[in-house]
Amino acid sequence: MLAEINPVLLKELRQRFRSGKAFWLLALYLLVIGAFILGFMYLNWRNSPGMFQPNRSREFFMLLSATQLFLLAFVTPGLTAGIISGEREKQTLNVLLTTRLTPWQIIWSKLASASAFMVLLVFATLPLYSIIFLYGGIAPEQVLGIFGFYLVTMYLFSCIGVFCSTVFKRTGASTITAYGLTFALCAGTGFLAAFLYEIDHLRRLEEWTTAIWSPGLIPYTVEFLQNINPVFVFMRILGQSGISSDVSFSISYWTMPYWGVYTVFYFVAGTLLLYYSSRLLHPQRKRRK
Amino acid sequence: MIEFNQVSKNFGTVKALDQFSLEVREGMVYGLIGPNGAGKTTAMSILATLLLPDAGTARIDGRDVTSATMDVRGMIGYMPDFFGVYDGLRAGEYLDFFAAAYHIPVEQRPHLIKTLLELVNLPDKADAYVDSLSRGMKQRLALARCLVHDPKVLILDEPASGLDPRARVEMKEIIKQLKHLRKTILISSHILPELAEICDQVAIMDTGKLVACGTMAEMTAATRGTRQIKAVVLERTEELVTFLSSRPGVTGSFSDGAAATFLFNGSRAEQVALLQEIVDAGWPVAEFVEVKRNLEEAFMAVTGEEVDNVGGN
Repeated sequence: MLAEINPVLLKELRQRFRSGKAFWLLALYLLVIGAFILGFMYLNWRNSPGMFQPNRSREFFMLLSATQLFLLAFVTPGLTAGIISGEREKQTLNVLLTTRLTPWQIIWSKLASASAFMVLLVFATLPLYSIIFLYGGIAPEQVLGIFGFYLVTMYLFSCIGVFCSTVFKRTGASTITAYGLTFALCAGTGFLAAFLYEIDHLRRLEEWTTAIWSPGLIPYTVEFLQNINPVFVFMRILGQSGISSDVSFSISYWTMPYWGVYTVFYFVAGTLLLYYSSRLLHPQRKRRK
Repeated sequence: MIEFNQVSKNFGTVKALDQFSLEVREGMVYGLIGPNGAGKTTAMSILATLLLPDAGTARIDGRDVTSATMDVRGMIGYMPDFFGVYDGLRAGEYLDFFAAAYHIPVEQRPHLIKTLLELVNLPDKADAYVDSLSRGMKQRLALARCLVHDPKVLILDEPASGLDPRARVEMKEIIKQLKHLRKTILISSHILPELAEICDQVAIMDTGKLVACGTMAEMTAATRGTRQIKAVVLERTEELVTFLSSRPGVTGSFSDGAAATFLFNGSRAEQVALLQEIVDAGWPVAEFVEVKRNLEEAFMAVTGEEVDNVGGN
C-alpha cells in the first residue's frame, strides 16, 4: 500500500529502520535526555530525602522540555541535511531523477521519512513525561502544547536541512549551513528582537514618551521576531517569558495569537523551502547565465 | 527512434556538444565511441532528461526530451557510467522500488522481478543485500533496473567499465539478448572490440562533434578509403619497405622483420598492378593479403591520432 502511494518513502523507511544506526540514535537520545532528567530528580530527592515537593514537578517538566528542544535543534538538521546531497554523493540521484517520480515527490517523501524518525524520538520520551506528570503540577494542555510546538518546530528545522541538502553538493557543507540557519532562527531572532526593542526603548525615552513597558508598545518587528523565535515561544507556552501568554500579534483589526503566528510562519517558510528545493532538484531547470 | 538534431551544450567555456546530429533507427544497437571529453556522456545525459541542450533538439520516438520529459522517461532505461546502489536493500526490493517508481502495478512486480533477475543471471540473488553483490553483479542488477518498465530505448554509458573479463563477457551476452528483444540501444564504451562485436553501427565523436558514423564494415575496412595490406616476402623485407614507400597510393609502410605492412589507397586493379611490380622487381612473395582493420585503428585514424603501427593489435 505504502509502495503504491510513495515508493521513496517506503524505501527510506526500510533503509532507515533496518540499519543499526536508527536503534543506537534512539537509544542515545533517550539515554541523554533520561540521564539528565532522572539525574536531577535524584539530586532533588537526595537534597530533601523522604519529602516530595510538588512545585519541583513543574521545574522538571520545563527542564525535560528544554532539553528535548535543544536535542531536536541538534538532531533534526543532522538527520535531514544529507538526504539529497547523500544521494548525490552515493551517485544514486541521477538514476532516481530519470524515473517517473517528480522532484517534489522525492523531496516530500525523504522529508516524511526523516520526520517519522524524529516523531519517534519525541514520542519515545513520553514515559519520561509520564513520570513527571504523575506528581502533578502540569496541565495536560501544556503537555499537548509542547508536543504540538515540537512538531511545528521540527517541520521547519527539517525543511532547512532538506533545502541545504539540495543547494549544497557535499553533505558536510550542507550540515554546517543547516546548523547555522537553525542557530540563527533559535538565537539570532532572539538577539535581534532584544536589540530592536532596546533601540525602540531608547528612542521613546529620548522623545519623552512613556518609558513604562507595555505589550501594546512593542514594535511589530520585535513582536514578530519574538513570535517566530522557538525559545521565546517555548517559554511562553510554559508561561515563563515574563509576558502574559495571551499577547497576540495584531495589525489594525487583525489579531493572531503568538502560537498562531509561529505555526503559520513555520509552516509557510518550511513549505516554501521545500518548494524551492524541488525546483532546484529539477534536472532540466534553466540556470541563469 | 533516437534523434539528435544540431544539439549543442556548453559548460562554461567548454563546448561539450557542438551541433551534434545523429539518428538511431528502431531495434539497432548503436555504439558511441570517442576519447575522454568527446561529449558521449553529455549526449546521453540529454537523452536521459538530465540536461537541457543549449541549442538543437533531441527526440526519442518523436518526443522532445525537454518538453515531453515524463513520456521520454517512460520510454528509456538509463544506466550512467558511475552509479551507486542503496545500502540496506535486497536485490528484489531494489527492483521493486524502481518498478514502483515507474508506476508498475504491485501485483505484476513479483513475476517481473523474477524474470528480470533471470535475464541478468541473478536468479538466486533476490534476497541478497545489494551492497553485498560484486561489481559485476551490481552492473547486471542495474541493467535489470533499466528494464523494469520495459523501455523501448536503453541508454548505457560505459556499462562494462571496471568489470573483469568474465563479467564483461556476461554483460555483452545480456546486451545481445536485449538486441534480440528488439530494444534500441545506445551504448558507449572505451573497450572498442566489444562494441565492434555487438553494435550494428557506431559513431565516433571528438570534441563534441560527430566525426564519423556508419556500419562496422564501413568504419573499419573502408576508413578513409584505404586498405591495410600485408606482404610477406622471403628476403629483403626492409628494401621492400623502401620500394613501397616510393609507389603511388602507398602510405605508412613499415617492416616487422618477416613482413612489410602498408596502407594502400587505390583501386583493386591498381593493387594487382602493385603486386605485379613487386614480383617483377624480384621479391619472392609468399603472401599478399588485405588485413581487416579493427575498430580501434579506425577510431585512431578518424580522431586524427597517429597510427604508429597500423598492423599492431
